[in-house]
Amino acid sequence: MATIQKTLKGLWSLIVGLKVTGKEFCRPWITVHYPRQEVTNLDSYRGHIDLVPVSANPLKPLCIVCRRCEEICPSGCIHIEGHMPGEEKEAPVRQLLLISNVLLPHSAAREPVCATDKTLRVLDGFTLNYNLCSLCGLCVQNCPVSSLTFSQDVYLAGASRKDFELDLLQRLKGRAGSAKLKHAA
Amino acid sequence: MTQILQLLMHPLVHLLVALIALLTFIALNGLILVYVERKVAGFIQRRPGPFEVGPHGLLQPLADALKLVGKQLVMPREADRILFWAAPLLSFTPVAICLLPIPFGPHLLGLNVNLGVLLVLAFSGLNVLALCLAGWGSNNKYALLGAARAVAQSVAYEIPLLLSVLCVAFTCGSLNFVDITASQTTHGLLSWNVFSQPLAFLIFFVSALAETNRAPFDLPEAESELTAGFHTEYSGMGFGLFFLAEYSYMIVVCAVASVLFLGGWSGPFFSGHWWMLGKIYALILIMMWFRWTYPRVRFDQLLNICWKWLIPLSLINLLGTALIINLVR
Repeated sequence: MATIQKTLKGLWSLIVGLKVTGKEFCRPWITVHYPRQEVTNLDSYRGHIDLVPVSANPLKPLCIVCRRCEEICPSGCIHIEGHMPGEEKEAPVRQLLLISNVLLPHSAAREPVCATDKTLRVLDGFTLNYNLCSLCGLCVQNCPVSSLTFSQDVYLAGASRKDFELDLLQRLKGRAGSAKLKHAA
Repeated sequence: MTQILQLLMHPLVHLLVALIALLTFIALNGLILVYVERKVAGFIQRRPGPFEVGPHGLLQPLADALKLVGKQLVMPREADRILFWAAPLLSFTPVAICLLPIPFGPHLLGLNVNLGVLLVLAFSGLNVLALCLAGWGSNNKYALLGAARAVAQSVAYEIPLLLSVLCVAFTCGSLNFVDITASQTTHGLLSWNVFSQPLAFLIFFVSALAETNRAPFDLPEAESELTAGFHTEYSGMGFGLFFLAEYSYMIVVCAVASVLFLGGWSGPFFSGHWWMLGKIYALILIMMWFRWTYPRVRFDQLLNICWKWLIPLSLINLLGTALIINLVR
């Protein structure tokens, strides 16, 4: 008797299964035709990092050239160039290094120089080698001025490795330019 | 003139024309069913399915077919050359013969034979031999395992299939498809055998799924376990013929099911081949619906369903039918 009951229950579950797929069959599809359409729910997507501009000037990044991101990156894919105002662009790295009270990996190798002055350093270049990036997000987490954010560049594609060596400063300027164009339109 | 007409009326000419027409139908049907299957799969999974080649992807199966035709035929080293190449041909060729005795319309019939049902059952049984040869000749362990499964499955499921067909043969008193159709036209819809033999219809349909190696009984080609089962080593049209044969056997079993249980070409409002085609494709759609709903059964479950449920049930059904027929007479 129990076997028959079990079998009947199993048979009923088959009908329930058909009902589920039958219902899904009649509902509209949820994928998009990619090259012609793009998805809109990218708010939670975390792609490669991007620089955040100051609110007053979309061309100027918030970055203070503290190099914390460069230090903490486990893949070593961030490279920053900067200089003190009034100094030459080729000033040695040591003078620019700002080490906080957090002990960062490899920091002992370099001579820790605590910057006591509040002079704002000028960012000359911020390159990201996205080929090496593991998207761990440590740089974004550790940026003291929230100058880094995740881009929503989901359709990134390229034909060579060079295409993924990104100049983030250039991207920031490009974004500002396109925003201006959009505003004008 | 009369001589030419006489020649055209010759049964052999009739047979030849029927065979060519059926082969055309089979090829066209393969293209349609590939498209429909992929669309059904897409819609059930809430995606569009093939969409890029032609309007709504209509030319996709044609592109696939051309790709298959153009591919190189590769035979594995130390495979049995004769068996390896005989298998796909043996799988595909009986299909046309299986469709010959089935009346698609009142006059649309290839061959009117007394033992039509037997003819179809005999020739569709050749398919399992083809799968067995394919697995044996491939010199590949997955193919061999797939073939072993195919044989065990087909042998097991042929019994309930035959027993449920017998029930219909008992009630109609004939093994001729034309007579069976005619016996279901007397009282309209209600004289369809599916109403007098619902259990036999269910058993027939489940066994037909297993005989055509359709999901959830697609163990001979279980991708997740056996890469592609018996046709692992086949490329190009070798695989293409197996593929075409699978879809053609779907047509065969659905056509047989509609003649035996659903009244064949007869139907309300108007009778004719459109009813027959409608019934066949409705059954095929249900088969596809099953495929994209149910997970594949385990091998022991597969044989348990057959030996512990379907065969006893069909035996009881057959005995009951025989008893009732005797009492009525």
